[in-house]
Amino acid sequence: MGLLSLLLFSPMIGLLLISILTKNSDHKSIHRYAVLGGIIPLVISWVAYIQFQGHNQLAERVSWFSYQGGQQSFVIDYELALNGFRLALILLTTLIVMLAILASVKQITKNPRLFYQWLFVLELGILGVFASDNMFLFFFFFELTLIPMFFLIGKWGHVEREEAAYKYVIYNGLGSAVLLIAIVAVFAQAGTTNFEAVQAYMAQRDDMAFQVGVLIAFLVAFGVKLPIIPLHSWMVSVHVYAPPAVVMIHAGVLLKIGAYGLLQFGSGMFPDAFPVFAVTIAVLGLINLLYGAFLALIQDDLRKVFAYASVSHMGIILLGIAGMNTAGYQGAIFQTISHGLISALLFYLVGILILRTGTTNLKKLGGMWTAAPVLSGLFLTGALAGLGLPGMSGFVSEFMAFVGVFEQLPLFGAVGVIGIILTVVYFLRAILNMTFGDPRKNKYEKMADIGKGELFPAGVLVAFIILIGVYPDSLSQLLQITLETLVTGMGG
Amino acid sequence: MDLETLLSFQWGMMAPEFTILITGVIVSLQDLFYGKKRLSNWLAIIGILLAMVFLSAQYQHVPVSILYDTYVFDQVSFFFKYILLMGTLLILLMTSTSRDEETEKVRGDFHYLLLAALLGGMIVVSSADIITLYAGLELLSISSYILVGLRKYNRNANEGAMKYIITGSLASAVTLFGLSYIYGLTGTTNLYDISREMSVIDTQLEPLAVLGFVITFVGLTFKISTVPFHMWTPDVYQGAATPITAFLSVVSKAAGFLLLIRIFVAAFTTEPGLSDDLTVYEYAIGFAGVLAAITMIIGNTVALRQRNMKRLFAYSSIAHAGYLLIPLVALSAFSLETIWFYLLAYMWMNIGAFAIIHVLIQNHQTEDISMFSGLYQRSPVLALMMTLFLASLAGIPATAGFIGKFNIFLGALSADPAHYVLAAIMIGTTVISYVYYFNILVQMYSRPKAESSPIQVPKALWLTIAICAAGTLVFGLFPNLALQFFSW
Repeated sequence: MGLLSLLLFSPMIGLLLISILTKNSDHKSIHRYAVLGGIIPLVISWVAYIQFQGHNQLAERVSWFSYQGGQQSFVIDYELALNGFRLALILLTTLIVMLAILASVKQITKNPRLFYQWLFVLELGILGVFASDNMFLFFFFFELTLIPMFFLIGKWGHVEREEAAYKYVIYNGLGSAVLLIAIVAVFAQAGTTNFEAVQAYMAQRDDMAFQVGVLIAFLVAFGVKLPIIPLHSWMVSVHVYAPPAVVMIHAGVLLKIGAYGLLQFGSGMFPDAFPVFAVTIAVLGLINLLYGAFLALIQDDLRKVFAYASVSHMGIILLGIAGMNTAGYQGAIFQTISHGLISALLFYLVGILILRTGTTNLKKLGGMWTAAPVLSGLFLTGALAGLGLPGMSGFVSEFMAFVGVFEQLPLFGAVGVIGIILTVVYFLRAILNMTFGDPRKNKYEKMADIGKGELFPAGVLVAFIILIGVYPDSLSQLLQITLETLVTGMGG
Repeated sequence: MDLETLLSFQWGMMAPEFTILITGVIVSLQDLFYGKKRLSNWLAIIGILLAMVFLSAQYQHVPVSILYDTYVFDQVSFFFKYILLMGTLLILLMTSTSRDEETEKVRGDFHYLLLAALLGGMIVVSSADIITLYAGLELLSISSYILVGLRKYNRNANEGAMKYIITGSLASAVTLFGLSYIYGLTGTTNLYDISREMSVIDTQLEPLAVLGFVITFVGLTFKISTVPFHMWTPDVYQGAATPITAFLSVVSKAAGFLLLIRIFVAAFTTEPGLSDDLTVYEYAIGFAGVLAAITMIIGNTVALRQRNMKRLFAYSSIAHAGYLLIPLVALSAFSLETIWFYLLAYMWMNIGAFAIIHVLIQNHQTEDISMFSGLYQRSPVLALMMTLFLASLAGIPATAGFIGKFNIFLGALSADPAHYVLAAIMIGTTVISYVYYFNILVQMYSRPKAESSPIQVPKALWLTIAICAAGTLVFGLFPNLALQFFSW
């Protein structure tokens, strides 16, 4: 078993630890084992990172199953392979899942054993999505995340949790349905699902109508995941009703499957046909950016503000992709990673806030500054990172994405800048309302500030956000080769 | 026919059928003289195991024909018999130690009826003559009618049996009517001869061939419970004892599908057809495509409103039959393999699910979905197993159900022309099915338990559940095992 398989299945260790060792134990030891189970994939993913630095590739292949149809044979292998982008996402996944477990220690009091069991299944699914090197395996793990998320939302969420869970399942089920049709359609033509092999096959077959049709399906499928407006309503209710620890994973990593998928399936496999969609994606990106921003401006609930902020930020990813050049792709990928870190930070803080106040309603919150200066400061940090303050990861990514889009579609870039300005307004409106705001309505003047133990996860996330902001090379080094293949595949 | 020709046939190939027949006779005599139901059960299990041993010995045997094709042994019959025997075995294990009050009250025993039905199914699977096919079909059907009505003090059972026999007879009549067209056109009942005759048929008679196709097809939809003969399913499933329901949904359905394959693929794919490049099969199978679409939609949407578990699974089984029609519509080299794999997967997951439902019904005396509430707290292992079966039925990866659906999908889209609409309806209704399958999951994990008493699970039932779970997982993770086995 190679390192990649080990990494992929490492969450199973945590799952087994929890299932076997904590049958009748108290919550405390369950949490302890969960933390242990979260550390294992984290460590292995960094080992993989070091290995990858050495050889610049890491791949595995075992033959899995095949069909013999009339003239053609259909082969599906178990193929894992890393590239810079996938590795970055895997590192992000293991980190955020680890931090989410730390956040759950306080937040999850109802049946934590089952919670962690599902959480580790979810982690397995996400790691599989990012590690797989063919479409079938990708779909296999993609679909595997459906059941754990359904439970994590439906059982441990707030108020309308079950509605949110069903909404999640139906939207994502339909999304993956479209994805499956497209994948099988390609498979039926090419006889393989390997990304590179499909690219080679498509380049040689040159059937533009088919490629465009498949790409439309991919755009819809990943549009649900990303989400692209108007397919976003499930994501807002998940943000609001799922437990904050799960939202950390959901907003931090799961939504990133959409961006990853668009790049990998779109420009990775159909470099000839993908540019056809440049303007479409730019329009969708612009709508996301502005619509999300305007709606974030008028929300009364902090979680909804962050949800629409996510929608808006995904618009920037789309704009970067629409650039179809190195800068644009790099911006999109940077934004993917950076937004993962930022939204994980924000929802980590939301979780702490809920523990203290029991609400995220902006009308009820105010004047937190006096009672909880550190927490307020961290919220402000997260917001500043989100609105793209120079020196933080958000700035680098937005900058690059816009460079990319200005180069190709200057008009869209110009309009998009309005969205950036709005970002400042809605983030600061929400955060300032909460931290300063009207002192008279402040019922929480005695609330406890963030504890020392709770500081650690937030500190780690802030450190990464600033690292990428100050020294973007730390990430772009990793991405260099991926970007080259993505862009050269399209002929510049 | 003199004795010499009679003896020259390879009768040994019929060993599995003879074993079942003899076991059935022994069990019925045992029941007549001693009436020990437990003993009948073990005898039946041993008989089926023995038949499976005989069958396994025939692996990779060259095709054999006995009695002028009224009995044939070929690859197809081998693999489908495996499903029939395995399914019945799992069902017998399921019933071996559980006491069902309703059936205990009745003197008659269902074991030999089950064996008779199984024998009918096996005849259907290995016959290439319309007469014997029909005889096997009727043996299967009549045994099934009695099996459903066995709980004679139960109102639902009486209602179910009544509806079953009435629709069943109607469907048989329709089937025979359709078959009479085929006979009329070709003058023979042998499927190979029919195939040959049809290839040289007069073009003017081809509308009649299409008519025969459609009528026969409609008649046979009764056995596989698809539109238009699906209405009996919920009532019969609800009325029958749970193991019988499992039998009807898996074994009887598998035989029904093989019957469809035999008759239609053999009889209609050879003639040149109405327009120049289409055979009658290709011309008329669009009709089956429409039926498949309607079946999937009706099964999956009506299931959303069901609270009675057996009715819910009845609609679910209608939906799955709809999926299974797709490979027939998109007929290609691996349609047969696809149908076989799906039926195999369906056997594991559906019998497994029915075994758990059986336990819960016996513990609660209710069939409402609420019997699942809080199952995770009461018996985590049962809840986990049910999760696996439901995930497989819903087609979530890492289960056999997913691979099965994927095969159907691949078949539909790799066919020429690709059946995008049918594939889209299938996947769309699959998403709808998530809702009712996940509803059960919510009951198990998120609802407070209705009763706190521990659940009594008989040991043999654990065996059924464990085998089914292993099958669901293994064929989901390593589908090559089954696929290679199939292409010997």
